[in-house]
Amino acid sequence: MSLIPYNRVKLARDSERPTGLDYIRHIFKGFMEFHGDRRFADDHAVVGGIARLDGSPVTVIAIEKGHTAKERAYRNFGAAHPEGYRKALRLMKQAEKFGRPIVCFIDTSGAYCGIGAEERGQGQAIAENLMEMSTLCVPVISILIGEGGSGGALGLAVSDRVWMLQNAVYSVISPEGCASILWKDASKAEIAAARLKLTAEDAKSLGVIERILSEENIGKKEFYERIRTLLIEEIGELSNDLDLVGKRYERFRRIGADVVNKE
Amino acid sequence: MALINFLKPKNQLEEGGRTAALVQRDEGEPEKKCPNCHKDIPLSRLWANRLVCPCGYHFRMKARQRIKMLVDKDSFRELFAEMKAGNPLNFPGYKEKAENVRAASGEEEAVICGLAKIGRQKCCLFVMDPYFMMGSMGSAVGEKITSLFEYAIKHRLAVIGFTVSGGARMQEGLLSLMQMAKTSAAVKRHSDAGLLYLAVLTDPTTGGVTASFAMEADIILAEPGATVGFAGARVIEQTTRKSLPKGFQKSEFVLDHGFIDAIVVRTNQKKMLAEILKMHNGC
Repeated sequence: MSLIPYNRVKLARDSERPTGLDYIRHIFKGFMEFHGDRRFADDHAVVGGIARLDGSPVTVIAIEKGHTAKERAYRNFGAAHPEGYRKALRLMKQAEKFGRPIVCFIDTSGAYCGIGAEERGQGQAIAENLMEMSTLCVPVISILIGEGGSGGALGLAVSDRVWMLQNAVYSVISPEGCASILWKDASKAEIAAARLKLTAEDAKSLGVIERILSEENIGKKEFYERIRTLLIEEIGELSNDLDLVGKRYERFRRIGADVVNKE
Repeated sequence: MALINFLKPKNQLEEGGRTAALVQRDEGEPEKKCPNCHKDIPLSRLWANRLVCPCGYHFRMKARQRIKMLVDKDSFRELFAEMKAGNPLNFPGYKEKAENVRAASGEEEAVICGLAKIGRQKCCLFVMDPYFMMGSMGSAVGEKITSLFEYAIKHRLAVIGFTVSGGARMQEGLLSLMQMAKTSAAVKRHSDAGLLYLAVLTDPTTGGVTASFAMEADIILAEPGATVGFAGARVIEQTTRKSLPKGFQKSEFVLDHGFIDAIVVRTNQKKMLAEILKMHNGC
């Protein structure tokens, strides 16, 4: 049974859903968390560090929402400040230096909208990630596990492969935001959600993602095992690619190119 | 008076009257009300001063007017003019809206790209247009800017870009979001090739454009009083339930926080850009 897009949005936001740390703990071994952006602070909405996947070192980064009310407040509901994007970039550059593949788990309604975030350059932080990620010379795989909110999600998704959970969403604007701009009425979010084409199937048909991950037995051992196997396979393939950066460029270069009328 | 004639708008649309109403008195010449000092300023005087009010307020400008004011006479050669957005998601109302804007503005898209000479220095130039869906970035804008950076790499040229944008064009959904990554990757290649990219942020530069190519230049300049930020001020107020500090997200505020190199008044821009291009040997 397929759900209407707005129900996907609700599912993607469900606090019962596995969060970034759940994936890290179940898929990788020996995760060591590394904190801070070395510039201003440690953003609790972004978790990162190193771990082992099938015995090999990898860098893992996740936008973390938390489950309980207390956790969610601590994680700022998965809305990262510029420090979060800068910490992620620092860890990605470290991964590049030591030749480690990078796996990102994304779950955010968007980069945080606040005074401090603007003062410390939210736009600049995301922009720098987009630019720098485009030429990282190690494999990068990003998985959208819940909400993929606009630039705040893209800031960790300029990757060789982008995968989405079956009920994750990926959108340029929240359905509520879109509805309030178009109709000055956030309650029309259901209509906006359908028009924005934000489901995993939409993203795949638009050529924005490579793979949709089934949510069968979500949160159970075999669910994580499936993703683990896929990651091992894919990293193996990407690691042998001598033109990783060139192909990553082309991956994004072609998006939208064919929909432009060139009369 | 030759300069004034050269800059004088052909019609009401061209002088972009949405930010300030055209006041036509019974006698005398047309005037424009300045939203800052609230005085009626004769249009001829405004045009002679590149649409800057004597009080210092910078009116928004159409992209083509800006190009005319900025580049050496007859030096602009437009590139990628044929690229314009379709309606890839079949978003209801988008096609009609874009067509209306095209008819009213005479432009095909929210950015104009091309080759130009500024102070006899050759460069690639892109100028975004606030009167075309508030400079929103869809697939065509992303494609044009990316193509321009690729052209600049091939011909080893500097890129100068004037940004103005409300952000990504939501009617193109994810495809517009991806233009942030696409343009950023092209900027990176251009940068890695050792070439200069200079951005001038004009009012307003926000959202997905701020979070991509606006903030990725080697040298970032801004016009006085321009709104420069990521999230909209109203959204921030609603989210945080705090009142915003004075001058929040104005270019002076962004300068103070260390994110732009300098604020340059419009009348000095050409000279400064020419000098910067010269200091980088035109590449």
